[in-house]
Amino acid sequence: MTTELQDPRIVEYDVRTDEMLVNMGPQHPSTHGVLRLLLRTDGEIVHEITPHLGYLHRCAEKIGENLATPQWIPYTDRMDYLAGMNMNLGLSLAVEKLVGQEVSDKARVIRVIIGELGRIASHLVGMGAYGLDLGTFSPFLWAFREREIILDLFEEVCGARLTYSYITPGGVTHDLPASIHLPPGLASLTGQPADTTVSWTDALLQFLNWLEPRITEYHTLLTRNQIFIKRTAGLGVMSAEMAKSYGCTGPVLRGSGVDWDLRRDGEEIYTRMYEGYDFDVPVAPFDAAPPEAVLGDNWCRFFVRMMEVVQSIRLVRQAIDKYPTAEGAYREGFKLATKLPVDECYLETECPRGQMGFYLVGDGSSEPFRARAKSSCFCNLSVTAPLSEGFLLADIPAIVGSLDVVMGEIDR
Amino acid sequence: MRGANEIHEVLLQTFGSEAVTGANLEAIDPWIEVAPGSIVEVCTFLRDDERFLFDHLNNLCGADYLQPDPKKAKKFEHKPHVEVVYHLTSYTHKHRITLKVMLPRWADDIEGEIPACPSVTKVWAAADWHEREAYDLVGIKFFGHPNLRRILCPEDWEGHPLRKDYEFPLEYHGIRGK
Repeated sequence: MTTELQDPRIVEYDVRTDEMLVNMGPQHPSTHGVLRLLLRTDGEIVHEITPHLGYLHRCAEKIGENLATPQWIPYTDRMDYLAGMNMNLGLSLAVEKLVGQEVSDKARVIRVIIGELGRIASHLVGMGAYGLDLGTFSPFLWAFREREIILDLFEEVCGARLTYSYITPGGVTHDLPASIHLPPGLASLTGQPADTTVSWTDALLQFLNWLEPRITEYHTLLTRNQIFIKRTAGLGVMSAEMAKSYGCTGPVLRGSGVDWDLRRDGEEIYTRMYEGYDFDVPVAPFDAAPPEAVLGDNWCRFFVRMMEVVQSIRLVRQAIDKYPTAEGAYREGFKLATKLPVDECYLETECPRGQMGFYLVGDGSSEPFRARAKSSCFCNLSVTAPLSEGFLLADIPAIVGSLDVVMGEIDR
Repeated sequence: MRGANEIHEVLLQTFGSEAVTGANLEAIDPWIEVAPGSIVEVCTFLRDDERFLFDHLNNLCGADYLQPDPKKAKKFEHKPHVEVVYHLTSYTHKHRITLKVMLPRWADDIEGEIPACPSVTKVWAAADWHEREAYDLVGIKFFGHPNLRRILCPEDWEGHPLRKDYEFPLEYHGIRGK
């Protein structure tokens, strides 16, 4: 005869809790902007996630259809506002592909320097903010200290710190400055007087020399931290098939072990920029991974970004070497009234968060007939629900954070 | 790596000219036009066939071909229609292709009745959100889609903003338009 306690119905009745709908966001620090996740929870377990987007929708595509393409550049800054330079580059290359324009070697070298610096700045925020999501504050401050110097350097180049509109169809708006005051952050970190005057590329080299050894410190602080590993390794595991099917790109895709980087595998107009450069594409799995890490988990996605910073530093160094001998003008004429041909083109570039695509349809006037911005984070975010259902509530920020989304780019 | 000509040829042989209704192989990005009824089969074939393996749907978007400006309308070469554009890439073979599905602007010529196209969510999961966006902004229904709701605009929004004849609302929940 069975006892009452062994009756499964009674046990189930005992531990049953009511399901609850919880709104995470739109104002929540770890949703990286105005993302609202509607969670159906049973105690600590999340059974269902419904992402709600659109809080930052600014009709970027509709605006783009009513402007000449160079006038749309400032709007791309505001898509992925942590990597404005890379957004500018994506649209500029798409326009150049459509009208069949070539830029000079010099413009290409400047674009590599600026684009890779943008990637470093963006990944630094990604790292710092991910630390914040998991409850550690220091990496965020460290990352912002470094990023501040990059922003200072960008400011010297184009006058803006966040919304640059620097890379435009035909080249870039200004040449790299010959002489600047050393950025105050860099001066104090390297113990030089604040009014030191150097060339822009020298300031950049000093910064890289200072930054490179710091990467090891980040690994000690975060990557190899036992708490961090416990929160990230083996969690949010995404297979390569799933990443491909959901259209994930960038570090999210490479974290799942797919060896694909548009800087190497992209269209010719884009890969030509990186011709003659020596760089590796970091792809999971890593030899340096802790034993708990699994291919395609949060830790791998995070580590891909950290490794990309190292590669970007390499690329910037090579580009600085090429800069003095690069030929041509930094900008070749591209008039506002340039007529777009009756044709269409689609071009994707490797932005820090993934492949940002621009689809332009020309109709013989200077405004594109259809202007479409395909966002990388849009696809990366779409895996949130399948990736995190069934996990604990506290793991949701860890998984969403590892995708490193920027809502400005998703909502456009 | 296979060129657009070869892909077009194989598709024509496999599905016939009723399914593969046209192509522009001279365009900057060559594109192949597919009949709405065959798009799911064509996409499944392109994804699974060893020669093509298009496992990445880069982009799916709608485009409304209507020139409302009478000055520009004379030069405008397209008949009024709506397009669904699919940009595909193969990770294995590193080739790309663009597919297009042409639809009437309004289903059965009844203004306000948005046209429908089969959903490719079963082929690539990425199509889910992209189709929701195309539905939301361009006004194209995707039948077979598991959850066809607006994604960027609020759920009670009226109209589809990227339609060329879209009129901006004068008022939304007490917020005045222009």
